[in-house]
Amino acid sequence: MSVTLLIEQLLNGVQLGTMLFLMASGLTLIFGVMGLINLAHGSFYMVGAYATAAVTASTGSFLIGLGAGIAAAALAGALVELIVIRRLYHRPHLDQVLATFALILIFSEGTRFIFGSSPLRLSPPSWLTGFVTLPGDTRYPIYRLVLIGVGIAISIGLYLLISRTRLGMRIRAGESDREMIGALGVNISKLYTLVFALGAGLAGLAGALVGALQSVQVGMGEPVLILAFVVIVIGGIGSIKGALFGALLVGIVDTLGRVYLPIFFRAFMPPSEATGVGAALAAMLIYILMAVILAFKPKGLFAAHD
Amino acid sequence: MINNTSSGVAKISLTPNADSHFSRKGIVQITLLGLLLLLPVTAYFLGHIYYVNLASRITIIAMAAVGLNLAIGYGGMVSFGHAAYFGLGGYVAGISAYHAFDFTPFMTWPFSVPGSDNLLVVWLAAAILCGLLALAIGAISLRTTGVYFIMITLAFAQMIYYFANSWPTYGGEDGLPIYLRNGLPFVDTTNALSYFLICFAGLVLAMAITSRLMKSRFGAALTMARLNDVRLATAGISPYPIRLIAFVISAVITGLAGALYADLNGFVSPTMLSWHFSGELMVIVILGGVGRLYGPLAGAILFVMMETLLGGITQYWQLFLGLVLLGVVLFAKHGVMGWLAGRELNE
Repeated sequence: MSVTLLIEQLLNGVQLGTMLFLMASGLTLIFGVMGLINLAHGSFYMVGAYATAAVTASTGSFLIGLGAGIAAAALAGALVELIVIRRLYHRPHLDQVLATFALILIFSEGTRFIFGSSPLRLSPPSWLTGFVTLPGDTRYPIYRLVLIGVGIAISIGLYLLISRTRLGMRIRAGESDREMIGALGVNISKLYTLVFALGAGLAGLAGALVGALQSVQVGMGEPVLILAFVVIVIGGIGSIKGALFGALLVGIVDTLGRVYLPIFFRAFMPPSEATGVGAALAAMLIYILMAVILAFKPKGLFAAHD
Repeated sequence: MINNTSSGVAKISLTPNADSHFSRKGIVQITLLGLLLLLPVTAYFLGHIYYVNLASRITIIAMAAVGLNLAIGYGGMVSFGHAAYFGLGGYVAGISAYHAFDFTPFMTWPFSVPGSDNLLVVWLAAAILCGLLALAIGAISLRTTGVYFIMITLAFAQMIYYFANSWPTYGGEDGLPIYLRNGLPFVDTTNALSYFLICFAGLVLAMAITSRLMKSRFGAALTMARLNDVRLATAGISPYPIRLIAFVISAVITGLAGALYADLNGFVSPTMLSWHFSGELMVIVILGGVGRLYGPLAGAILFVMMETLLGGITQYWQLFLGLVLLGVVLFAKHGVMGWLAGRELNE
């Protein structure tokens, strides 16, 4: 029983981690290449989920919905970059924080205006519902396994994109010296729009996939955004490798903490109290982890550059 | 670094122009403060208690923003987690009143601490606890700079938020009501006007402390820590403790505002700790004008009035807030005070 629980929760942790990676990789790419802190990243997550829910409801096909969700998020990202974000690259971080905070308000209230305050329904397609039996008699939902698979596929895809393609070469060049690749004739503003749209699309994908698991509602991107911040701070801002490692670490630690801390405190406390203490401590666990890591490595585990 | 240095020099050479702006700035400042004092008093004697409480709200939010302005505007520390101190101050007021109401001790071990419904005790406890929290958070966060600092302060505030959310003793996510406003000897704090005057005194005191501090040697060091910390270190002053002290003072001011806010509303909940509130405080500081003494006041007046007026017209008022904010950030960098009173010389 307890081995079953452990396997199940480990998988849940990995699943949360891979979805966090989809968010965090975009954030960290955007910071690494453009030096921009983007609070509105959670809004693309929400846009992806809403577009997927709306299109899935009208076409009846989850895959078409998913495609539409990614496309809508990437398009929203490209538009936002063209209209607002490109004015912010040379601004101090304070301005970037405020402008993207303003974007959150606009996106959230705009979505509430269009779709209303009540959550939309989005469920995984019927061919992905059901359970598989894993070694140790663990019954685990297929859909969550698919999420893990998608996360791994995207990680490999991103790795190949960045290390093997011309675009990836330009992204890496942009990270190490922005002025120089401009001088070498690369169209920087096009590259920036592309990277931003790529990050937004990944966030949209995550939103759509998780939206089918939880609910699609206004403000759904914000808790994930803050977790993604913790991830990239732990991993080192600008480092994709750090984002992957940080995402898995945060996903697993958070999930296991929520399950095992209350159990742990129940060993020497009355059950009602143990649940409260355990839950409160579990909620703080990843932040404590972040504080400890930063106390030793102020630039994160895989600090890329400043 | 070189850019910073040259702009620092340019600013010093501008000093002779100071007087030409002074009178206009002075008039705007006295008008703002005077209106904030006179309108609620008038409203009170006309019997409009609602407007007195609205003015108290503006005053308290302005005071919280004065605290944040010390960190962001004067110290260059972009804290995205000041809701933590605002909320902690609020919870100190709430928890203290809860135990005083129940006659139960707050803690019994290692020594007994009873609750209290005396505002002076509440404020002292809020100041000390917010100071200690800021000392711990600041000590870790200030080892980093730039984006890291922003995200870490945000993350720590979220930590406190989730803690308050899941700790059941004091209401968890439902919050904690304060049945009877904490009191002061000889003053009826349940009277709307008396309470407004207390808040007003708090705001003026916070602004006076900021002004005094920035004119002192400490203020000069803090300004230099913002403009060019290498230069400060060369002068034999380590920037880290200067920033940390300023961060703690900033948090204490915001925390005291939080305690006042909880008693004003008779309610404290995790919303006071949420990152939206941290964002709104930053918005207020920017709307008013960063690093200006009266900026937070102008920003708070504008923000709360927008919230009240637009919020009365449409439930989507935050959409318009977002558009206004975007406009201010992109096109009007110096805020309301820059527009009303001319540019500040040390901007």
